[in-house]
Amino acid sequence: MSTTDIATLRGVATDRQVEAAEQPAPPTPAEAPSWSNMRAPDARSQQSAAVSVTNGRRALKVFLSNPNALFGTGFLAFVILIALIAPVIYPGDPLSMVGRPFLWPGQNPAFPLGTDSLGRDVLAGIVHGARISLFVGLVATALSLTFGVVLGAVAGYFGGRIDDLLVRLIEIFQTPPSFVLLVVLVAIARPSATTVTLAIAIISWPTVARLTRAEFRAIREKDFVVAARSLGYGHRRIIFSEILPNALPPIIVTSSVMVATAILMESALSFMGLGDPNVVSWGSMIGTGRELVRTAWYLTALPGLAIVVTVLALNLIGDGLNDALNPRFSQEG
Amino acid sequence: MPLLSVSDLKTHYKSRDGLLRAVDGVDLVVERGETVALVGESGCGKSTLGKTVLRLVDPTDGRIVFKGEDITMLDQRRLRTVRKSVQMIFQDPFASLNPRHAIGEILEAPLVVHKAGDRAERRRRVADIVAKVGLPADSVSRYPHEFSGGQRQRIGIARALLLNPELIVCDEPVSALDLSIQAQILNLLVAMKKEFGLSYLFISHDLSVVRYFADRVMVMYLGRIVESADNATLWSDPRHPYTRAMMAAVPDPSRRRHAAPLGGDLPSPSHIPPGCRFHTRCPLATNLCRTQEPEFRPVAPGHHVACHFADEPTE
Amino acid sequence: MAPLLQVENLTIRFPRAEPVRNLSFEAGEGETLAIVGESGSGKSLTALALMRLLPRGAQIASGRIAFDGRDLIKLDARGMRHLRGRDIGMIFQEPMNSLNPVMTIGRQIGEVLRVHERLTGRAARARAIELLELVRIPAAEKRVDDYPHQLSGGMRQRVMIAMAVACKPKLLIADEPTTALDVTIQAQVLDLLDTLRCELRMAVVLITHDLGVVAQWADKVVVMYAGRKVEEALPGDLFDNPLHPYTRGLLAASPRLKNDFHYRDGALSEIPGSIVSAGGETGCPFRPRCAEARASCGHHMPPLTVPAPERLVACPFTVPVEAMPHAAAFSL
Repeated sequence: MSTTDIATLRGVATDRQVEAAEQPAPPTPAEAPSWSNMRAPDARSQQSAAVSVTNGRRALKVFLSNPNALFGTGFLAFVILIALIAPVIYPGDPLSMVGRPFLWPGQNPAFPLGTDSLGRDVLAGIVHGARISLFVGLVATALSLTFGVVLGAVAGYFGGRIDDLLVRLIEIFQTPPSFVLLVVLVAIARPSATTVTLAIAIISWPTVARLTRAEFRAIREKDFVVAARSLGYGHRRIIFSEILPNALPPIIVTSSVMVATAILMESALSFMGLGDPNVVSWGSMIGTGRELVRTAWYLTALPGLAIVVTVLALNLIGDGLNDALNPRFSQEG
Repeated sequence: MPLLSVSDLKTHYKSRDGLLRAVDGVDLVVERGETVALVGESGCGKSTLGKTVLRLVDPTDGRIVFKGEDITMLDQRRLRTVRKSVQMIFQDPFASLNPRHAIGEILEAPLVVHKAGDRAERRRRVADIVAKVGLPADSVSRYPHEFSGGQRQRIGIARALLLNPELIVCDEPVSALDLSIQAQILNLLVAMKKEFGLSYLFISHDLSVVRYFADRVMVMYLGRIVESADNATLWSDPRHPYTRAMMAAVPDPSRRRHAAPLGGDLPSPSHIPPGCRFHTRCPLATNLCRTQEPEFRPVAPGHHVACHFADEPTE
Repeated sequence: MAPLLQVENLTIRFPRAEPVRNLSFEAGEGETLAIVGESGSGKSLTALALMRLLPRGAQIASGRIAFDGRDLIKLDARGMRHLRGRDIGMIFQEPMNSLNPVMTIGRQIGEVLRVHERLTGRAARARAIELLELVRIPAAEKRVDDYPHQLSGGMRQRVMIAMAVACKPKLLIADEPTTALDVTIQAQVLDLLDTLRCELRMAVVLITHDLGVVAQWADKVVVMYAGRKVEEALPGDLFDNPLHPYTRGLLAASPRLKNDFHYRDGALSEIPGSIVSAGGETGCPFRPRCAEARASCGHHMPPLTVPAPERLVACPFTVPVEAMPHAAAFSL
């Protein structure tokens, strides 16, 4: 076979076309390129969608079109706002006794959510409790993310002895049950918001490091990383620009769940009386209310509800972020 | 001075089964403007050889000389300058592009890394190359998943061309593509070679593609080159039984319902047979082959074969 | 007598697309029918439809699949289960994905025998060894206790074939059986399939994208493009004298080992563009890439015509058979 034969064949075909006296449709572009392949015909057939927004803006658009994520964000923003303005709306110490004990919600308009056994305002407690819950949740997660991602990335990317070392370290941290370790850590240090936060970060970072390491090990072998190396990119660029964005979705989902878990852990510690005794938190409110759960159930239910809805909001945000940051799902957006 | 010369190159890995000798003593020369094809079945070490030449995998032994400079032991920093001149095109156009970067970012990054020009200059060069490989100009703002396989391979080619390389290692660049797209990509590679004066090290398992595309062909089996000749000679006068067997296995309508199969499987590269490494599957094997490894010797000018019986007439 | 397998006007529908439309073909006992097409041609969906194993969301919108006197589309799930693995065997492209990694190959073959022939224990094992010998696995008695990962790709595909023919099916569907294999192994596997076809008098539906494989091993060829049958012929006729512009383009675009065409002599001939999904559009699906296209091609899908005995082509503007340049132009 050769191209001349094909040409003959085309010729015959064209003759027949003329015979058929059909109006030929214009199927091929009019220009006559010097190389046949320069037409890039397969490029033409693909509909070129006018996508000119950058990655970030597009992700935001997708995120904002997801009602669950919007609800989560909205609620979390509300909680953050409450936490920020707590000193303004309830300037006094929420631990001080302000009214008659055991006022049920709605009984006295001055205390919309009632008062507890010592006559402290429940709403003020919840509003101030949001501060400590969010502080511990966000800061502990930020710390363990930074630490875990960096260590996991380095170990997963370079492998070898650094990797062995990190895996041993993670194993040491993950062998004792994490909550027991947390209790021990807090018990050794004097309980305060800072020590609780640090302790939670210390028990959480191995999860992040492990996940990051696994992702990096898998992605490191991908062709596009090999391509990056063949182009002479440095390690830092490969780690942060090539691999990390691809490793992020599971890390992001985990981190939103981690904020939630940290809030739960802080509550659990406070519930056990291992929290900072000088500040009110949702957990300590449940702790003090638990003996009265038959007579005044609202004392445990209300802070409990605050925890549940905040944790739920964080999970919804995590799911929304995952969908938005993955370009493969973002076409509809 | 050849563009690339590789001598006695070995790449061994430790594996669970023991030492895996993926590349086991290869000599290879690529002259300027030449297309050298490396053919063989999967597991013969051809991809590892390609990656070792690029120093993406560290060699165990041997020498890689590029443009007179020994790059075998060069550290990553000094390798960077070499990387501009040696590029790679990958088999899987879906896996070789970072899914989270737009085409514009993917193509601009090599220029940023190698500090080529200011932002405007880089943008211009990207736009140039996009047009050259035949992609629409708006491709730069789109993401890899928006393209078909053939288009992605064009992007891969554009990326390889950006730094004005002299040698491109093509690792099965068309075997993941549909037949009707293969010809488009092969033609593009030929056109780019002509325009930029490129040399290719073309790794493939597809003899028909190699027949069209190569100037010189090296047949690889279990980590070694077993036959090497210029394109026309190799196909008209194959001397190694393995080369003949591969050619006979290419489906051919004139041999209706009659396979000329080569028995057996490729042995594992961690258990390479003693003597001639092909003897376990070779129809001509004798006791000599089982004990003594044949030398890679010339049988005609430019035609080398590693077989004790390479001088016997073709059946 | 009606042929063993007769597919008439098969249409497969997804909610928003029709990946296979109005497809008809037949395969007789002991015959190899090849369905060739590129990715997106609908050939693999057709194979799955024959087994009634379409993925979620896809359904057979219309048509008839007559197999051995029964319409498979009307068969209930139970009846279909009895047919699968017993009367119709199937092998897939990637044997590593279709074998269970935690079960020995002997047990996996035995499972088929247990389900369909109620063989158990020693009898199943003995039959499994026989089958491994049938598919030419050396040292079958030892291999029967191996796990899939201990076998090479070619060996795994042989095991898949052994499972598929364990109950002596009347029809074997092979979906790209050699695509993942090397060329020398591919020849072995195709040879094995052909031998089994003869020995067991099976009809074989061979789904492939490789024109060379078709030319060497098929009795009849159906060429599919974007879910439509565009040409059907005996392999000799098809390669000597392709009629549809798509078939002609494909043959012209493939480099061949047996001719001396080299890049220094000139560029390969190309089919411009790439396959686009043919969801809902009217007219010939190949029209956007076709050099012979005219306005009328956009109005309706050209009907299949019979330009010569045992040939079908879906293009009214095809070159008449006698006007073709000498057939040698297209020999592989």
